[in-house]
Amino acid sequence: MDWNAFLLSLKLAGWTVAILLPLSVFIARHLAWRRYAGKAFVEAALALPLVLPPTVLGYYLLVGLGRASPIGQLYEGIFGGPLVFTFEGLLIASIIFNLPFAVQPMQRAFENISEEIRDAAACCGMTSWRKLWRIELPLAWPGLMTAFVLTFAHTIGEFGVVLMVGGSIPGETRTAAIAIYDRVQAFDNAAAGAMSALLLVISLIAIGIANLATSRAGARRG
Amino acid sequence: MADRPTGLDARLVQDAPIPLNARLRCEPGEVLALVGPSGGGKSTILCAIAGLRNIAEGRISCNGSVWYDSEKRINVATRLRRVGFVFQSYALFPHLSALANVMEGLGSGRNGGSERRARELLELVRLGGLETRRPSELSGGQQQRVAVARALARDPEVLLLDEPFSSVDRATRQRLHRELGHLRGRLRMPIVLVTHDLEEAVQLGDRMSILHHGQTLQEGAPHDIMARPANREVARLIDLKNIFQARIAGQRPGAGITALAWGSTRLEAGYNRRFAVGDLVDWVIPSGSVILHRRRRPSRGIRENPVHGRVESMVRLGDTVIVAVKVDAHAGYPLFMSMPVHAAERNSVAPGERVGVSLVRSDIHIMPALQPDGHDDANADP
Repeated sequence: MDWNAFLLSLKLAGWTVAILLPLSVFIARHLAWRRYAGKAFVEAALALPLVLPPTVLGYYLLVGLGRASPIGQLYEGIFGGPLVFTFEGLLIASIIFNLPFAVQPMQRAFENISEEIRDAAACCGMTSWRKLWRIELPLAWPGLMTAFVLTFAHTIGEFGVVLMVGGSIPGETRTAAIAIYDRVQAFDNAAAGAMSALLLVISLIAIGIANLATSRAGARRG
Repeated sequence: MADRPTGLDARLVQDAPIPLNARLRCEPGEVLALVGPSGGGKSTILCAIAGLRNIAEGRISCNGSVWYDSEKRINVATRLRRVGFVFQSYALFPHLSALANVMEGLGSGRNGGSERRARELLELVRLGGLETRRPSELSGGQQQRVAVARALARDPEVLLLDEPFSSVDRATRQRLHRELGHLRGRLRMPIVLVTHDLEEAVQLGDRMSILHHGQTLQEGAPHDIMARPANREVARLIDLKNIFQARIAGQRPGAGITALAWGSTRLEAGYNRRFAVGDLVDWVIPSGSVILHRRRRPSRGIRENPVHGRVESMVRLGDTVIVAVKVDAHAGYPLFMSMPVHAAERNSVAPGERVGVSLVRSDIHIMPALQPDGHDDANADP
């Protein structure tokens, strides 16, 4: 059992969720309630990671974040090292490939909050922040939970993009999914099996928690 | 120091998406009913007053402070306008209790003062004891009262009610009408009520504004508008059935009479000096002011604007019957009269029967002709 890889997966999933979920709240609200030319294009671009082969996405991220790219050079200029094949590079890739998993459930949830409810909040004198905390987030809670679970589980399970952008550097970019693949390659089926079982249990627990939270929120609203 | 203007004053003009050309004024403590068919821009006006939708041109001020002025580019945010808004669907926050909904209207977090005030407001709308219930656990009427309490929580400068009685059954609506009547005695802000229900507007409004395609057609006291619509369009909107065209045949100010030539029939109406002999005019008479001549014991009233014809059709509505009479001297649309069912039976009024009726002189209202439309009767809707 490669505990390092397992902990790295949890760390990557934790950071991805911590950065992507707040970001997605604003993207999802924007997409849910605004109408403008080109919105369909933005939505299609955000959904791309759902349909692109992970290796293709990984290839573009590798090129886009690599040492020859402006982003890679900027990063190297500030931090003195390359972005790809580091945990930070992996985190950026993870945020990008999880965008649709976080944004889409939230967008559906925000779309379900009627305009009258939002207008009523404004007429109550609420500031945007208070409206967000008191009304919008509680009402969109099931969508937020779904986004959380999908992002978390998808990050832990992602293989192709991680391999392309991060490689398999122990302690830095070798996640549990990569480690399982390595163990199978090394004919260490026992370790691969144990790690697979653990990931399975974690995924089940995450989905169970989300379902529980969602059904409670539903019961609360009647 | 000059007195600060009070009440709500709004002028709203735009071409799209919903055309508007509306002017309204509502004094503190007054209920202004905005009436008109659906899609006529009534709700858009409320939303514009609240700052929820922007209007191309206009000015909205309340108690002297300008909330919107397109020329001076003033547009105060909704949350700073202090409006109480009761939405058509009530728009209660579904995840919060009745008490918490009202507390959100108070604009403060959980503290003793605001909770006490929220409880008082729920008591005011007779919802004491239901504070902990969520909207889904309340009936339609109760939800509406929570919405009113929440709207009052901000101590609003204007109260906006968007068809607040349309989602409840008739009995509840009548009870809520009474409660609003009771409540408004204690409210000191202008109240704008949007409704498509004319009866409701007459019952609850101190003044009424008739809107059609976003345009204010007439504003005034409900009974004035009902008795004296400004033109044929208003007459149609307030559901007057007898709308006809005629020419002014004579003016006798001394006798208090303006004579009308309605086809070959000569009618007498109350004196109206706005018109000159020969003018083309529209005229209306409420169906209740068309009086049947009794067959057995004719009264002296039969000399007042007598008209004869044949009963074309009869429609019974509860205790009342609406009778359409095809007038002999007039080939156009029928004349409608309403009468109690028992009166129709006693006088053997039935389809095909000949009848004589009188048009009550003082109830004939003459209006400028909107447009000469080829045939001289406007009524197309029996």
